[in-house]
Amino acid sequence: MTANSLLQITVYVLVLLACAKPLGGYMARIYEDRPAGLNRWLAPVERLIYRLCSINPAVEMRWTDYAVALLLFNLLGLLALFALQRLQGVLPLNPQDLPGISPDSAFNTAVSFATNTNWQGYGGETTMSYLTQMLGLTVQNFVSAATGMAALVALTRGFARRNADTIGNFWVDLTRSTLYILLPLASVLALVLVSQGVVQTFSPYRTVALTQPVTYEQAKLGDDGQTLKDAAGNAVNEPVEVREQTLAVGPAASQIAIKQLGTNGGGFFNVNSAHPFENPTPLSNFLEMLAILLIPAALCYTFGVMVRDTRQGWAILAAMTVVFVTLIFVAVPLEQAGNPALSALGVDQQAQAAQPGGNMEGKELRFGITNSALWAVATTAASNGSVNAMHDSFTPLGGMIPMWLMQLGEVIYGGVGSGLYGMIVFAIVAVFVAGLMIGRTPEYLGKKIEAYEVKMASLVILIPPFVVLVGTAVAVMVDVGKASVANAGAHGFSEILYAFSSAGNNNGSAFAGLSANTPFYNTALGLAMLFARYWLAVPTLAIAGALAAKKVVPFGPGSLPTHTPLFVVLLIGTVLIVGALAFLPVLALGPVVEHLQLFGLH
Amino acid sequence: MYVHLKPAFLMLLVLTLLTGAVYPAAVTGLAQLFAADQANGSLIPSADGDARGSRLIGQAFSDGKYFWGRPSATAPYPYNAAASSGSNLGPSNPALVQAVSARIAALRATDTGNSASIPVDLVTASGSGLDPHISPAAAAYQVPRVAKQRGLPVAALQEFVERHVELRQFGILGEARVNVVELNLALDRSTSLKPVR
Repeated sequence: MTANSLLQITVYVLVLLACAKPLGGYMARIYEDRPAGLNRWLAPVERLIYRLCSINPAVEMRWTDYAVALLLFNLLGLLALFALQRLQGVLPLNPQDLPGISPDSAFNTAVSFATNTNWQGYGGETTMSYLTQMLGLTVQNFVSAATGMAALVALTRGFARRNADTIGNFWVDLTRSTLYILLPLASVLALVLVSQGVVQTFSPYRTVALTQPVTYEQAKLGDDGQTLKDAAGNAVNEPVEVREQTLAVGPAASQIAIKQLGTNGGGFFNVNSAHPFENPTPLSNFLEMLAILLIPAALCYTFGVMVRDTRQGWAILAAMTVVFVTLIFVAVPLEQAGNPALSALGVDQQAQAAQPGGNMEGKELRFGITNSALWAVATTAASNGSVNAMHDSFTPLGGMIPMWLMQLGEVIYGGVGSGLYGMIVFAIVAVFVAGLMIGRTPEYLGKKIEAYEVKMASLVILIPPFVVLVGTAVAVMVDVGKASVANAGAHGFSEILYAFSSAGNNNGSAFAGLSANTPFYNTALGLAMLFARYWLAVPTLAIAGALAAKKVVPFGPGSLPTHTPLFVVLLIGTVLIVGALAFLPVLALGPVVEHLQLFGLH
Repeated sequence: MYVHLKPAFLMLLVLTLLTGAVYPAAVTGLAQLFAADQANGSLIPSADGDARGSRLIGQAFSDGKYFWGRPSATAPYPYNAAASSGSNLGPSNPALVQAVSARIAALRATDTGNSASIPVDLVTASGSGLDPHISPAAAAYQVPRVAKQRGLPVAALQEFVERHVELRQFGILGEARVNVVELNLALDRSTSLKPVR
């Protein structure tokens, strides 16, 4: 690992942690309706929204009402996005005349964006009209993120309140998350990204002259439109000369800003943030990468403020950061070490001042190894799933790190809202395990953790591994599942496992060699995303409701303090043991076998 | 349940207008006002008014007199900027070794006598298939070939290339790099480089 690599990683982690308190404190003031600047200046807009939607912001909801409102809103959003994709061919703002999307792909994408997964089964610039990108995808980028934040705030109120039967108003939490947190941050980030070269225009794709024309071979078609065959039955090719380059553009910056901030990750273009128009410079890369973890990290502090004990928030943030930083220092050297198969060919993979070296297949030169591997860890630690390099071409173990981070349940920072509520559920399990060991009734933040909470927590923790493992098992057993694989052998298995790990934890990144835009994968992964999102959100809200109704137990000599290094270790242990136990066998079949084959051969 | 249906529907409508229409339109307006060049694709102007490409999007070069960029995996031809794509070849895929071997052979064939080891970025496909950059090492590797093909002194071309190296942003972020499209355009335009008689 080079000195510069260490420096870039250090700067990134320090800036991220430095933002946690100011942004976290601001968000706490927003959710508690204390003065925070924007929520006073824009208050008329907020009131107008409630009036237009006939909502009384003063009315609080029980957890069941909260869950129904959340599910209904998400369902309607999903249906709207489905319809928009199917109809885009006849709708305006479609300068490239792209046709409507197939039903299975439209279902997959609608689910993908409503669940904050943003798995891309399609290539943006060749599939989606500007209207669909804006009115469909950008909107879901905002509201799916705001939905996660609302669920988190509801759970937080469960801890903060005593003997209460309500956990807040979903519409208010949704509106405030969007209006005061996501929109301002996204607007600023979008404009900074434009200054770096991210495109933002409604003009059609631009054609420019090439300096050197390109010729390529194309199958020759007969008069009947069929490929011509020679006497031996081989296809006849004809050379085609290309003298121009068509540059795909569009309103990209506005979508990219929120795709990063809302841990969505669905790119404007096919290759996501590897595309120079989506991520043109090292600075744009740094900011996009910061935006991935910014809100999830800051929400830990928000949580601490709202439960009236900021140490609790810091403890959770510390647990996340320890795992995150450790895995950075595993992934970056693995990628920097390069591919032994290429060393055998005499290729120079040594990092020097004049070249990044390492495993550069699928990576962009301006980001090099450090920023590609760091991004991969960040985007899978969060449930973001945007990529600035092709994970499919990572070294076997370098690619296993992002896969495993998803399999841990997307709780190392995790998705906006969903990551922290997932981690709080792990904390509930951790105090339960500790309670069993010391023989006391477990408590967390003054609330007794009883059978009902532990049952709900178990659901939250066990459903994702179930979805991932069963989905992978089904896909490798059926021909339509295996037919989509791009790389043979152990790596092909990794492609399928990665896809279900991504969908089953609402991440969205991919080993993109897998041709996932097929009816089988569109449907199977669509279902996995639905289960992973709502089968977790609803039990979480149930815990919120149950906790809110409880009284507070005073902290006594027998209570386990949950802000100490000991608890941080216990929490990390719980996350790792559940993740490790559930997935080690299946990881051994994919990345580990491939690693042994690759390094054994060379 | 039905009591929530109406607010859910109206809320989706209002938030769609706010985040799907007002927000992108406002960002577009400001972007076109303050950074029109970047917002429209950072095009490279030419004397006749037609753009000669984008500073951010690579182009395919296979002629020996030009510096070559990263291999591109876009279909059906390299550097198709209307359909970005990586190769997605796994590290243990024999097709990766074949592709890299073929690229090494092509580089060696146009540059017989150059036995320096080849920087990895020059023989591996970029993630986007549109990467405009190569490493300074990959540019330096090609200097002898380009100098020979253009009849230029190696030292002068080496110095010309070094002037086109972009350093890490703020000295820290990213990697040092050379923009192949801009370098080749500058090379075609240059009057300071004089062929060796």
